[in-house]
Amino acid sequence: MQPSKINSKKYLYSFVITVIIFATAIYLSNYFGQKKLTELRNIQDKISIDILSSETQFSLLEQSQCKDVGVGTLSTELANLENKLTYTENERGFNDAEVQTLKHYYSLLEIKDYLLMNKINQKCKKIPLSIIYFYSIDQRCPDCEREGYVLTHLRQTYPDLRVYSFDYDIDLSAVKTLISINKVKNQLPAIIVNDKAYYGFQSVEALEKSVPELQKLKIQKASSTTTIEK
Amino acid sequence: MPNTKDLVTYVFLFASLNFEVFLLMTYFENRLKIMQENILVALGVKKYPTVTIIVPCWNEERTVSKTIYSLLSLDYPKSKLKVMIVDDGSTDRTWDNIQKFKNNPQIEMHHKENGGKYTALNFGLSRLKTDLVGCLDADSYVHKDALKNIVVYFQDKETMTVTPSVKLWKPRGPLQLLQKVEYGFGIFTRKMFHYMQAVYITPGPFSIFRREVFEKLGGYEHAHNTEDIEIALRMQKNGYKIAHAHNAMVYTVPPNTLRKLLKQRIRWSHGFIKNAMDYREMFFNKKYGNLGIFILPMASISIISVLSIAGISIFNLGHMLFDQYIRIQTVGWDFHPLAFNFDWFYINTKLLAFVGIVTTIGTVTMLLISKKMSEGKLDIGMDLIYFLVLYMFIAPLWIGKALFNSVFSIKASWR
Repeated sequence: MQPSKINSKKYLYSFVITVIIFATAIYLSNYFGQKKLTELRNIQDKISIDILSSETQFSLLEQSQCKDVGVGTLSTELANLENKLTYTENERGFNDAEVQTLKHYYSLLEIKDYLLMNKINQKCKKIPLSIIYFYSIDQRCPDCEREGYVLTHLRQTYPDLRVYSFDYDIDLSAVKTLISINKVKNQLPAIIVNDKAYYGFQSVEALEKSVPELQKLKIQKASSTTTIEK
Repeated sequence: MPNTKDLVTYVFLFASLNFEVFLLMTYFENRLKIMQENILVALGVKKYPTVTIIVPCWNEERTVSKTIYSLLSLDYPKSKLKVMIVDDGSTDRTWDNIQKFKNNPQIEMHHKENGGKYTALNFGLSRLKTDLVGCLDADSYVHKDALKNIVVYFQDKETMTVTPSVKLWKPRGPLQLLQKVEYGFGIFTRKMFHYMQAVYITPGPFSIFRREVFEKLGGYEHAHNTEDIEIALRMQKNGYKIAHAHNAMVYTVPPNTLRKLLKQRIRWSHGFIKNAMDYREMFFNKKYGNLGIFILPMASISIISVLSIAGISIFNLGHMLFDQYIRIQTVGWDFHPLAFNFDWFYINTKLLAFVGIVTTIGTVTMLLISKKMSEGKLDIGMDLIYFLVLYMFIAPLWIGKALFNSVFSIKASWR
């Protein structure tokens, strides 16, 4: 009675087939990963052009009337970009070089948009409320995740609200300057509304209470809905 | 760079995928042989060998008669078939119930003191006079053609044991339907192991042996309550050929509660681990062919891989649910149905997703082939869905407990 023979070729073939399947999966994963990064870059470029266009429009119309200055749909686009960036950050890891570059670019776009909005606000007094939010992805801010949920909820409830979120630890001089101008302490999460800083977790109710402008947004929304209904 | 959790998952997924590829290659290599065997079985044998079926029973008053009737209805020459009932010291009415068969010339009955299933089997083996011998647990029934089909495989002089295809008796409800798929899958893998000469279990119900197996290798051993794994490993170690008859059907009554199922499976898994440890010299040993270098190591790796992959999946699922809980606790239910837009961007395109899909496709393909082999038809029923959805949550329970018991030397009980 002989023990069964070992078919080495079969072992080799099955191994090669498995390697091919794995290699194809790695290729596909990389391919789609790159496609996603390209999409992010495209969105950022588009936002960049939009901001430049708004700035130019603003400069052109400086002497003109405020009603011609459009704020467009930039807020929703920035929110969309932020969601995708967060998703990519989770998928590729926080230390991914591509993710870091995209995040830097995104932070710059946010600051530019914020500055433009401030200028328009000063001149025309018609630009909605802005919230600046500082968070950290490390262990020292256990409440940042919850604060993120609160701000997402507020942004969904008040589409006119602009939320600019920044990683407190990002290695970008513009963000560091923003922190020093607003004298933001290293106590996260930190929220700046109307030049006033709030530290620690702020619930939806707490923010609605301390920022009366949010209530106005709600009333505006309600009245516009009523008008439509009429 | 993937993290450790992902890396562990990749390594185990690679091993499982490689195993799937190997099994599927074996299937496509031997597809025609399966059909040829069906033809041979249909032709039957010219000379029927003599066979004894031992029925060990311990407190089986409810099922024993039905088991014996199923043996007496086997399509096999009556003069060549003996049924030997060994009552292993039952304390219920088992012995009284079988008295109705005492005048049947085919039946022989014995009563002994309780000593465990393997002692009842050895008791029967010591009184053996026939060419072939098998056993049928008192909770199992045979298809009338089972023995006739099995003896065909003994035409090969080298074949020392033939294992049947074990199916479930009238499975009902999610728990039993899930086991139905599992048993069907078992028929497929055992047939593939047959072609690799690597069958390492000769299931308790109706595996048929040549008498010389026990004459030369000795009787059954306690073997951590899984004597059917031990005898198969002992045979493989001695180079005895074990065949699998995919066309010989035996039915067994499945556990109907999760508790009973867990108990049964803990015994099986624990038995495999302990017996594998006893026969560890066979691992990675070329002398034992495919069984030594591939099947036994894979069966052992699968224990760790099932536990790790299930552990990681359950951890991830828990993490996700916890995040959702925190979100709901923070801002309440703020589901915006209109805000949901399908965007391909959010489809998971990580390596794990692609490999997971391929592995699942491989598993489903094998399950469908198994279904075709065991039921003769290809359909997707609720059983397959229960299996795919629930099995990964239930199997780690018994595998984990069995591993724990083996490491801390806790004995598994029979009942």
